[in-house]
Parts: sequence; C-alpha cells; structure tokens
Amino acid sequence: MIRVILPAHLRTLARLDGDLELDVGTPVTLGAVLETLEKCCPVLRGTVRDHITLQRRPLVRFFACGQDFSHEQPDFVLPEEVVTGVEPFIILGAIAGG
Amino acid sequence: MSGVRVLVGTRKGAFVLTSDGKREDWKIEGPHFAGWEIFHVKGSPLDSNRLYASQSSGWFGQLMQRSDDGGKTWTPVGNEFTYEGVPGTHQFYDGTQHPWEFKRVWHLEPSLTDPDTVYAGVEDAALFRSTDAGLTWQELSGLRGHETGSRWQPGAGGMCLHSIILDPTNPNRIFIAISAAGAFRSDDAGVTWKPINQGLRSEYIPDPTAEIGHCVHRIAMHPSRPNVLFMQKHFDVMRTDDAGECWHEVSDNLPSDFGFPIDIHAHEPDTIYVVPIKSDSEHFPPDGKLRVYRSRTGGNEWEALTNGLPQSDCYVNVLREAMCVDTLDSCGIYFGTTGGQVYASSDSGDNWKAIVRDLPAVLSVEVQTFQ
Repeated sequence: MIRVILPAHLRTLARLDGDLELDVGTPVTLGAVLETLEKCCPVLRGTVRDHITLQRRPLVRFFACGQDFSHEQPDFVLPEEVVTGVEPFIILGAIAGG
Repeated sequence: MSGVRVLVGTRKGAFVLTSDGKREDWKIEGPHFAGWEIFHVKGSPLDSNRLYASQSSGWFGQLMQRSDDGGKTWTPVGNEFTYEGVPGTHQFYDGTQHPWEFKRVWHLEPSLTDPDTVYAGVEDAALFRSTDAGLTWQELSGLRGHETGSRWQPGAGGMCLHSIILDPTNPNRIFIAISAAGAFRSDDAGVTWKPINQGLRSEYIPDPTAEIGHCVHRIAMHPSRPNVLFMQKHFDVMRTDDAGECWHEVSDNLPSDFGFPIDIHAHEPDTIYVVPIKSDSEHFPPDGKLRVYRSRTGGNEWEALTNGLPQSDCYVNVLREAMCVDTLDSCGIYFGTTGGQVYASSDSGDNWKAIVRDLPAVLSVEVQTFQ
C-alpha cells in the first residue's frame, strides 16, 4: 500500500483524519498514484491537477524520500521505499506569499 | 417570526450571520471552509435552505459547495468548468492574444424558477449554468463567442464576469457585466448576446464611447422595474430606462463617482445606494470617511449616510459583491469591508452599526429574508 500525506485543506475536504493508504497497481507511477487518489476521493478532482490537462496545479508539490518529484512526468516510477509503504508520498501546498 | 440570514464570503472562509426581524442582536457562525477564499454565497429564492458557495484557493483551485439545510452542512459539488469547444483567445494586458483560462467563480445566481438551476460568472469571463444543483456545469458559450470576445481584456482584478441579473418578468432575458468588457444582454435565455454599453464614457480606453471595453463594476435592477438598471462603473454611476439600450450618468454630487457596489431599496425602486471610493489608485473612502450615499430620485441628488459609520481614519474598501438589501418592511441595507467589518442598517440607511468587526477581508455579502 502507498501511504499518501495530504495537506490539511485537502484532508478536510476529503473528510480524512490522517494519512491515506492507496492500493495502486504496478508500476507505481506518479500518474497512477494521482489517478487512484482521485478514484478514492472524487472530491479531490481538480484540486491537485487540472481536470482536463491533468497538469499539476502550479502551487502543488510532490515530495518523497527527501526529494522533489513535482516536475516528473506522469509515467515516472516512484522510489521502492514509496512502493513498499516505508516512505510516504507527500502532496503539499508550495510555500507562497509573505 | 421574521428574520434575516446574512451570507458573508471572505478571504479566509464563509460566515453566516442571523438575526430576528429587529436586526439588533446577531449570531455569528463560521468560518465555514476556513482558510479558503469564498467569493460568493447565495441562496435560492425558491428554497431558502438551498445555498451555493464558490470556494477557491490559489493552491487547490476552484471548488463549489451546496447546502440543503441553510448552511448548517455543506456538500462539495461539481468543480469542472470547461469552456465549450476550442477556447480561443482574448486580449491580454500586453496587447497580445491570450488563451481563455478558467481561474475562479466570482458570482453565483440561483434561478428564479428552479432551485436546481444556478448560473456562475467566472474568470476568465464566461457564463456557466448548472441544472442539477451544481453537480455539472455547462457554458453558455454564445457570450464568450460574441464577435467582440477576442477584444475583451482584463481589468486590474482580472477578466471576471461578476454581475448576473435574471429578469423576473421575462425568463429569456439575462443581463451580465464583465470587467473590463462591459455589460451584455441576452433575450433568448443566454444563447446570443448583445453589448449594451451605449452612453457609457470611459476615458481610459482609446475610444471613450466604444462598443466594448468599459470597466463595469456592478449593475443592479429592482424586480418591479426590470427595464431600469443602475450601474457603478470604474468611474461614473449610470442609469438606463430601456434595458441597457442607452445609459445616462446620475453621479451628480457624489464626492467621487468611483466605487464598486450599487444596490436598490427593496420597496422603493428609485432609492439607490453606492459607496464612493476615492479613485482607481486609492481604494479607500474619500477623506477617510466611510459614507454610504443614497439617492431617492433614481440617481442624482445624493445624500451622505454616516450615522454609525466611521468618519475619520477609515481606509477600507467595499468590493462589488459586498452590498445587499433585505425585504423586510423596514428595508435593511448591508455591506462588508476589506477591513472585516459587516455593517447593517435596519432603517433604509439612516442608522448603521457593525454586526461584526474583525472578519477576514469581506468579498461578498448576501441576505436572505424570512417573513
């Protein structure tokens, strides 16, 4: 299972208390995680990536294993630590503002 | 028992303010959707428990919420606003053509005939409609597809469709206004549109009397007189008596004819209200005095309403969606400020008091009346 940590606003929106565990088929790509997330929580459609273009929203970031995967393509395969659930896949709002 | 429910959208959430018909003691509930920008909350005129809210965030985009119990609980509904066909381009700040891009919903206008139908005015300017209580949205693309569409350009606040007025006597007639394209009217329920800007004069565009390009800030109609509209423009307060075919200025003795909101007394169609702001570059009241101006003559002959409003060192703004009126016998007037105050008058504007003082910056104020 993939562990996904959502920002507080999206947890509230999806009515989640804590982390989310997703059963993502193989290979565990960035796109597959987001697709599974949106199937699991349809209310999050459009909040992490655009409805139509599926592009990441500009002020959303994807971190895992101490690295920034925000700019990777949807077919990017996530690290083994994320695939095995040892490390979480973190979705967060970028630092912005003053 | 009579009462009112005031729906307040702010930069950091929505608030619901309720009172009985005396409008002296208020209960404040919120924030709903804490931390999110709530551009507009409005109730159905057919079902007071049916509310729609536009929830937005620079991080997570646009969400739409619906309440079926008067704001006690909310359900996220559809948030997919897709322009019909190939979106095309409009004029950008630098004069180049720029693709239409959906950014947010500025205004929600529930139908006068069906609680499940609601209109949404969005940025970049377009009109959408839902007929399933907000679950799905379809563009009324004849507006954006108007032959002038590629020449529309954004105002400083973005290219937003902020005013939607449904004619209570003619279901086919809709008025809208866009910053900075102007006002438009449809006589076929939103299929086709015509610009209705004749008589407007805007010195900030190359041709001051052009067909489009005017920065209309707000338009208002009294339901008993649907051919008479009032407009607060970037500069100038305007009136039309023929559904927008021709406008004339009614600014008269206002201390500034710049401002954002404009509204009409519930029982006196010739009594109108504006909040003058110093200028386009100084978005605060002239002389630091927060004054609502009232005309009882359908424009012109303005009187300052100051009793209970700060008359020194006040430098807030009142945004275009942030004024409304209730329909109780003694008409209530409400407005919210960027300083977080919501002011109310229960006597047509003669006397004011702050219902609440320290909310986040107020974006919109609507009221529901219970007789």
